[in-house]
Amino acid sequence: MRNRVLVIGYGNPGRLDDGLGPALANALENDPITGVTVDADYQLTVEDAAEVARHDWVILADAAVRGPEPFAFRVVKPAATLSFSTHSVEPGALLTLAADLFGCAPKMFTVAIRGYAFDGFGESLTTGARNNLDAAVAFLRRSLIDGEFRPSRMPDADAPAPDTVCSLN
Amino acid sequence: MSKTNSTTRKVVIEPVTRVEGHGKVTILLDEQNRVQQARLHIVEFRGFERFIQGRPYWEAPVLVQRLCGICPVSHHLAAVKAMDLIAGVDRIPPTAEKMRRLMHYGQMFQSHALHFFHLCSPDLLFGFDADPAIRNVIGVARKHPDLAVQGVMMRKYGQEIIKATAGKKIHGTGAIPGGINKNLSIEERDFFLKDLDQMVKWSRAALALAKNYTVEHLATLKDFGSFKSNHLSLVRADGAMDLYHGNLRAIDADGNRILDQVDYQNYRDYIAEEVKPWSYMKFPFIKSIGSENGWYRVGPLPRVNTCDFIDTPEAEAARKEFMAVTASKPNNVTMAYHWTRMIEVLHSIEKIRDLLHDRDLQGTDLVAKGTRRPRAVGLIEAPRGTLFHEYEVDERDLVTRCNLIVSTTNNNTPMNRAVEKVARDHLSGVEITEGLLNRVEVAIRAYDPCLSCATHALGQMPLEVELLDAAGQVVSRRSRGC
Repeated sequence: MRNRVLVIGYGNPGRLDDGLGPALANALENDPITGVTVDADYQLTVEDAAEVARHDWVILADAAVRGPEPFAFRVVKPAATLSFSTHSVEPGALLTLAADLFGCAPKMFTVAIRGYAFDGFGESLTTGARNNLDAAVAFLRRSLIDGEFRPSRMPDADAPAPDTVCSLN
Repeated sequence: MSKTNSTTRKVVIEPVTRVEGHGKVTILLDEQNRVQQARLHIVEFRGFERFIQGRPYWEAPVLVQRLCGICPVSHHLAAVKAMDLIAGVDRIPPTAEKMRRLMHYGQMFQSHALHFFHLCSPDLLFGFDADPAIRNVIGVARKHPDLAVQGVMMRKYGQEIIKATAGKKIHGTGAIPGGINKNLSIEERDFFLKDLDQMVKWSRAALALAKNYTVEHLATLKDFGSFKSNHLSLVRADGAMDLYHGNLRAIDADGNRILDQVDYQNYRDYIAEEVKPWSYMKFPFIKSIGSENGWYRVGPLPRVNTCDFIDTPEAEAARKEFMAVTASKPNNVTMAYHWTRMIEVLHSIEKIRDLLHDRDLQGTDLVAKGTRRPRAVGLIEAPRGTLFHEYEVDERDLVTRCNLIVSTTNNNTPMNRAVEKVARDHLSGVEITEGLLNRVEVAIRAYDPCLSCATHALGQMPLEVELLDAAGQVVSRRSRGC
């Protein structure tokens, strides 16, 4: 397949709704989509740049502390800023590293799934977070199967989504 | 936050950049704006011990990985070492131990490489006073792309080893009580052998970079955040450095032994933890000396200081070179952590090479069984230092008690000392420049702390600097990267 898609769901599944990213990855893995590679990790790190550079589309799924419900879908722009946690990088910085170090920057998107509980330990999602997850999974699955992201399918139509229809073809 | 009185002011730095999780530095000034005290506040994970209570003991090695997205392998292995004993297994099969060691050296290799190339190198390559806009991994990528690529590929190599030995990144299940759940296939072995020579070369180069930087800047670095301290680590029975297993050894700042060949099952007889009202994190110390002077450092620098030798040739040669700087006495220079971290990178890749050529990795005897025990301790030398896991399990196989002393907790007092030393030497008045701020962070970063196992969801992690007056009112606020 010419176009290759990488989905990385990240977060800590032991910290309640912080596990939304890995939960999305798990949902996609359980019902694979042709041409879509799925990965899950606690956070984004620099070595992800090498893998990112090998794909045409990269979708990063994470929990969101605030922001639209059920989720926000955004285009990632290259950025030179870094996360303030030591070992992780922000999506924009990851895109920059992929371009600077490996000479290839794919189209990158984030799916920020709204969560509600982040303090404490626990391996379950809140009901609201699970509903938001279901909406995000349905949106991604449909878009990836169709090979295009249509703003009309996004939950927040006013948001700065992909310019028009973003297509893999 | 510390209390203020009418004669002091506080400079607050929150959180600390490029260290894991959330940290806050409070620098307490007196009326003359002299540093009175500095404190590193850390939001440590709380409640994890309760979270694991009531769970079957065999789940612990998987569950504890939730503690930290950076060092899940270290928690995985420390927990499973304890659970081996809970399961009644004193000696796991050779294939299992070697697979675990391969996993552990892969973890050490990738973690140290990440820290050096992407967290520490911006400070070394651009200088402490460089513009923060370039003093980061993106700056390194643009100015020294070859170096940045090396860092990425070394990290990736270590991560691939972890994947081959532990399984998925988030649900690693490789090590199980009594052994391991898989061996290393010939195909997997050959995959790693393919890039091995390149990894060795890059490790040598990274070591040379760290060594040369330290030697060239020794006059400046020797006092930077430095102080005399005790040092603690595991050592093998013959005194060799052993990052996976051994007995406890502690030495003082002059090299005199405080503890030696102590069975860590009895660690509570030797190590205690002090609670201080201003910090969530405890302050461990050696009981025989007491809390005032019994604190110690852990991690690469203490490991090189405490061991008698390293059992891989190139790392041993590097150790001798390192120890020659201080005439074989312990090195107490905080910034020497970086040099020793790279000695351990070379040691790790030498160990990986030896293991990949060991046919035991293709063995099929993977798990041993024994008679259940009620309590056990598992220790490992994690990248950041000695990691303690202690468990009690009832007759229904459920965990009833858990006590963890993580590496960063062991380094709690030293990091506070380092911050205070830097603050006394470099901060004056109440003007916080980027350079001054970064010096505080550089001192903390030397320890490569993992400050919390905090959630990281999008939208968190701003850096905010606040200046509070004597009454505790914010008179100045500065933030970056929000």
